[in-house]
Amino acid sequence: MDTKLNKYSKQLIIFNGIFILFWLTISIFPFLWTLWGSFKVKADFFSRAEWTYALTGFNTLIETGATTTVKAYVESWFEGEFWRASLNTMIVTVSVVSISLFLGTLGAYALSRSTYKYTFYILIAALIFRAMPHITLVSGYLFPFFQLNIWGILPTTIIVLVAINQPFTLWLLYSFFKTVPKELDESALIDGCSYFQAFRYIIMPVMWPGVVTAGLFSMMLAYNDFTVTALLLNQQNYTMVPKINAFLGTIEHGGNYMWAVSSVVSATAPLFMIIWFFQRQLISGLTAGAVKG
Amino acid sequence: MPHKTFFWFILPTGLAMILFIGLPIVSSFFQSLHIETEQILMEVENCDPFGCKTNVRVDVEATEKLRQENPLGRFNGFGTYTDRNHLAFDEIGEAWNTSSSIGEFKDIVLNLPFYKALLFTLTFCFAVTPPVIILGFIVALSVNTLSKIIKGFIVFGTILPMIVTPLIGSLVLFWMIDSQGIIGASIQILFDDPNLSLKASSNLTWITLIIYGIWHNTPFAFVVFYAALQTVPQDPIEAAYIDGASRYQRVRYIVIPHLYPVATFIMLICLMDNFRVFEPIIGFSAEGVAQSLSWMIYQDLRNENKMLFGSAGATSMLTIIGIAFLLTPVLIRTWKEFRTER
Repeated sequence: MDTKLNKYSKQLIIFNGIFILFWLTISIFPFLWTLWGSFKVKADFFSRAEWTYALTGFNTLIETGATTTVKAYVESWFEGEFWRASLNTMIVTVSVVSISLFLGTLGAYALSRSTYKYTFYILIAALIFRAMPHITLVSGYLFPFFQLNIWGILPTTIIVLVAINQPFTLWLLYSFFKTVPKELDESALIDGCSYFQAFRYIIMPVMWPGVVTAGLFSMMLAYNDFTVTALLLNQQNYTMVPKINAFLGTIEHGGNYMWAVSSVVSATAPLFMIIWFFQRQLISGLTAGAVKG
Repeated sequence: MPHKTFFWFILPTGLAMILFIGLPIVSSFFQSLHIETEQILMEVENCDPFGCKTNVRVDVEATEKLRQENPLGRFNGFGTYTDRNHLAFDEIGEAWNTSSSIGEFKDIVLNLPFYKALLFTLTFCFAVTPPVIILGFIVALSVNTLSKIIKGFIVFGTILPMIVTPLIGSLVLFWMIDSQGIIGASIQILFDDPNLSLKASSNLTWITLIIYGIWHNTPFAFVVFYAALQTVPQDPIEAAYIDGASRYQRVRYIVIPHLYPVATFIMLICLMDNFRVFEPIIGFSAEGVAQSLSWMIYQDLRNENKMLFGSAGATSMLTIIGIAFLLTPVLIRTWKEFRTER
């Protein structure tokens, strides 16, 4: 029965294959093209005369003596100080992920175990907070931060990103902790553990699948953020995304444009690799709460 | 869990959210009631052999002193909300009185900065969402039929546009459609028009941005639909098959009704996220023809020397009101879900 149900006609299989190929082209090709083009000079990547130049590296050969060049990478990383930006991104991402998981697991565990009504209102408040556009929050930060003289430095940005991230982390971990049987920690409580001990010795060992998913989303937010980092950091402390935008600001001479192209590749590659490894957790997180009906 | 224990568990995250999400909104509102102090002018008499002239110039010292004392500026009430750059009541009233036809009135209103941005934001929201849902559903159906071995890779490829930050995603596309990039140049050759550029006309730019929005949001719809497809009950499908329903009929009358709630969820999230559209405008350098509400706030704040806190605050408040409208259905849904759980 089942086999017959899932048997597809030949036309359907062919049509389906074509459609998938078409879709993959749309979603992957732009990245491959940018990767390829980042090893060329500007005259090839943006070649008005003949688009095949970008493939053959016609001008790259003339300018550098080879069909591929890493000139843009070397220049943007050292001359353009992209190394500093990636270091900043690393600091911000690692701190945001660890702090927001620390706060989030504690809060979400309490929310999932308390039976009082206020948990509901806290979750609703978190949902409202989640919907606030980041730029409106930033417009609220700037003035107080200038007055307190904490604008422009990394710690401020890290705390802000952690806070912005909390609502989503809370919801995700809350629905995860709901799936961890209550009996586990209740029996520990009966045996004389305090709530903190129950959390530490009973819950922590089993919470890693949920934590990995939540961590992945925190990482994506911190790594990808533009709004907060562009407006709350000063030029020296820029992370990668605002740095790329800064490269574009000084657009006109060809060198810098290719700096931006190569930096885009440098910034995207590690992200894609991480996602490749944690794909399953990412998808399970995206669908948590969505598919209940 | 006793109240006291609960309090200590929730304190760190609660404090973070109140300090950095709750308070900024209050601070934003407070700022929106103020306006930058005006420059203090003074008259200076300049005498030269041909006579004396009085010039008006800015008294830098006094202005600076006033700014020091009063960094937020002076109180302005709701003045910023109604000025030309926001709700523009006066301008609308005037346009209503002077314009001879509705069309003319509409033109004037939609050229005011706030309404122009609102129009783009809403157009973007409502043009992007339906195609995202349809395309996401089709891709999910299609990927669902594939064999397990290649599924992993295809899912990975499909979600790439969603993973990259909008700024980078839009730059990557922008470089391709640049009149000297691969797609832009091909289009010129295709239409045999060397001056054709997607950046040139405002309609084409809007369409480009909308296509970008669809490209960026479809993976999310795909992922959610894909997961939901795994939960479709098999029994009714088998029963329909025995009764002779075709594949199309099975999808149309069993799978789609099962996925309705999921589709509403995607729609609401999509509308809410796209209401903040901002980074693509920068990525596509489309500031000239397409401004969104978020972009207006960014514009007020980007100049380090002269930030317009009042104006940014007012636009922020108006944006939040817009979000509130879109958020209400989500809240009601969550509320109901909670009620049934208990």
